Amino acid sequence: MAKFELNDDSVVVIIGSGAGGGTLANELCQKGVKVVLLEAGKRESPATFINDEWKSFGQLAWLDKRTTSGSWRVAKDFSGLPAWTCKTVGGTTTHWAGASLRLHEHEFRARTVYGDIKGASLLDWPLTLKELAPFYSRAEDKMGVTRTHDVPGLPGNNNFKVMYAGAKKVGYKDCNTGHMAINSRPRKDRASCLQIGFCFQGCKSGAKWSTLYTEIPAAEKTGKLDLRPQAHVLKIDHNDAGKVTGVVYRDADGKDQRQKARVVCVAGNSIETPRLLLLSASSKYPDGLANSSGQVGRNYMRHMTGSVYAVFNEPVNMYRGTTMAGIITDEGHNDPKRGFVGGYEMETLSLGLPFMAAFLDPGAWGPDFTYFLDNYTRMAGMWLVGEDMPRPTNRVTLNSSEKDQYGLAVPNVHFDDHDNDVAMRNHAYAAGEKVYQAAGALKTFRTPPYPSTHNLGTCRMSANPRDGVCNKWGQTHDVPNLFISDGSQFTTGGAENPTLTIVTLAIRQAGYLAEQLSKRSI
Amino acid sequence: MDFNFVTPSIDHDHGPGQPRPPTALTRREFLKGAGILTGTLAASSILSALAPSRAWALELKTLTSAQGEALLQMGKVLYPHKGLPDAVYALLVKDLDGAAGKDPKTAQMLSEGIAALDKAAGGSFAAASDAKKLEAVKSLQGTPFFNTVRGQCITALYDNDMAFAHFGYPGPSWDKGGYINRGFNDLKWLPDPSASASPAPYKA
Repeated sequence: MAKFELNDDSVVVIIGSGAGGGTLANELCQKGVKVVLLEAGKRESPATFINDEWKSFGQLAWLDKRTTSGSWRVAKDFSGLPAWTCKTVGGTTTHWAGASLRLHEHEFRARTVYGDIKGASLLDWPLTLKELAPFYSRAEDKMGVTRTHDVPGLPGNNNFKVMYAGAKKVGYKDCNTGHMAINSRPRKDRASCLQIGFCFQGCKSGAKWSTLYTEIPAAEKTGKLDLRPQAHVLKIDHNDAGKVTGVVYRDADGKDQRQKARVVCVAGNSIETPRLLLLSASSKYPDGLANSSGQVGRNYMRHMTGSVYAVFNEPVNMYRGTTMAGIITDEGHNDPKRGFVGGYEMETLSLGLPFMAAFLDPGAWGPDFTYFLDNYTRMAGMWLVGEDMPRPTNRVTLNSSEKDQYGLAVPNVHFDDHDNDVAMRNHAYAAGEKVYQAAGALKTFRTPPYPSTHNLGTCRMSANPRDGVCNKWGQTHDVPNLFISDGSQFTTGGAENPTLTIVTLAIRQAGYLAEQLSKRSI
Repeated sequence: MDFNFVTPSIDHDHGPGQPRPPTALTRREFLKGAGILTGTLAASSILSALAPSRAWALELKTLTSAQGEALLQMGKVLYPHKGLPDAVYALLVKDLDGAAGKDPKTAQMLSEGIAALDKAAGGSFAAASDAKKLEAVKSLQGTPFFNTVRGQCITALYDNDMAFAHFGYPGPSWDKGGYINRGFNDLKWLPDPSASASPAPYKA
């Protein structure tokens, strides 16, 4: 591993080591670019991951203080925990389930296809599926996505068997074990899935792709990566010309360090990324960095989500094996006749007993609630995930009345469900219940959204600098050597789990960035 | 003092294998006003096979025995599970006692909440009928006391080995090699998916 000087202003500084930052770091290092990768969390490994839901949560989750507002139920159930993301080397790729779906062609043209939806700030991406397709393919190969590049599908577990039987009975056509970045057989130095369960707690066999043990070690081998864990970035610096010059971070010993940089790439997930731009406000940029459009922090999306759990007569033991073990894609298309625009996916999900108690119906008590835990071994579950509407008022802002451990204003996450989100959620709940009833469910339950795992859109890409924060390369419209490298770039959310698209954009961005560096245009 | 299954031991006052009764508390502990909760696992309980002894005891640092008993009963009203031993509900009392020991405000809130429960039950909440207990708990819904106890139930009751055994959740699987050879796809009461939807597992 390399060690670069704090005053070395030839390095690219990347903030965040997850799907976006971790991938970008490796891609740049492979091209010979010097990278300083700053990660707020500690470095764990498959050996230190814990098969215990609460202990693992304490080990991996981003637990810095945050506040919430708005009418979404998460603000009531988890007022201090709007999102379930990670603060650790590898970021949320340690926690993610592994579902790796490409966005649909029409989802890149949401404004054109869905029309002018009242109360939504829809916009077409400055990108097409066709432009992204070769990069999607490289991402799928890199991650070992099943059902691509001759990688076979994973075997379905019991939870999948229930979903599949119900799906067939209600007439769904497309139900299988999905496109997963989990090895169905050994591939690229990673083992085959042992059906451990605990995918959310860090994969102990390393079968699931995470930048922690793929991209980052590969980048370290090049001698071009200086990874600094426990380095929490407080501020991005800029010069009089308006270009960024480096970052200030708090290191593991609690000391502030200033790292100079030729380019800064922000990949802190869609809450911390806009927060850092806002925290970097100056007399030159009083509204925050790269915010002449006023769009930094706006259009926060978190996907329409919800879950359906069902109790059956016979044992299911859904906790065995892959957490996200299969998918129904029949509802993923856009059909406004259903009463909403956009589509959603239905994906199996299981929670262990501790998290089932915490998340099944937060705040509930009494026999209606305990019925489900009494029947834990006979439960099946699925997660519903669909496209939500961007809204300018759904927004990450600085809450100056609350400070974090660094003395900085905490982020407030404001979200109100759009009517379209509500209509889609109700449709998805009914569809999920129908699947389980067809498979013989005794009772079904509509579980409200968990803290957000798919945080998107707060520094969105736009063709016109007025409408968003960055261009189609993730380069900010205002500051040419400042890049957005995570899901904050998403112009709209699509229905699909976003990690594959984040990795795809990072691969593509690395090519552009390296080219600009060699042309000395940044 | 931690929650403990009383391990069999020989001492002067009691024969081997006997649970240590409350009288074994030292005089100093009595002077501190600490309480104790005790119980015995039913022989039929799945947990009695796991525990070193069927008898259990929980010594309290801050709460009295009566307060501990009231909270245990409140836990059972909030999250009733047929056959779930009191030993599991005692974990709720242990956690609340710990919180009360750390923060006098919490101790006071619990103390006042329990008094309100007793009042709502017309005397002793712990000794009231099931219907009266439910009514008393409902009357406090939304109060900080109710929210604290209910919230504590979620981690106290469902994140421990006894609960795992009772509800049939095995916990960690990595140390046993996952479920690849231990029934991840052993469900037989529904037709199997097609091989294209769900390919066979990889065999080395």
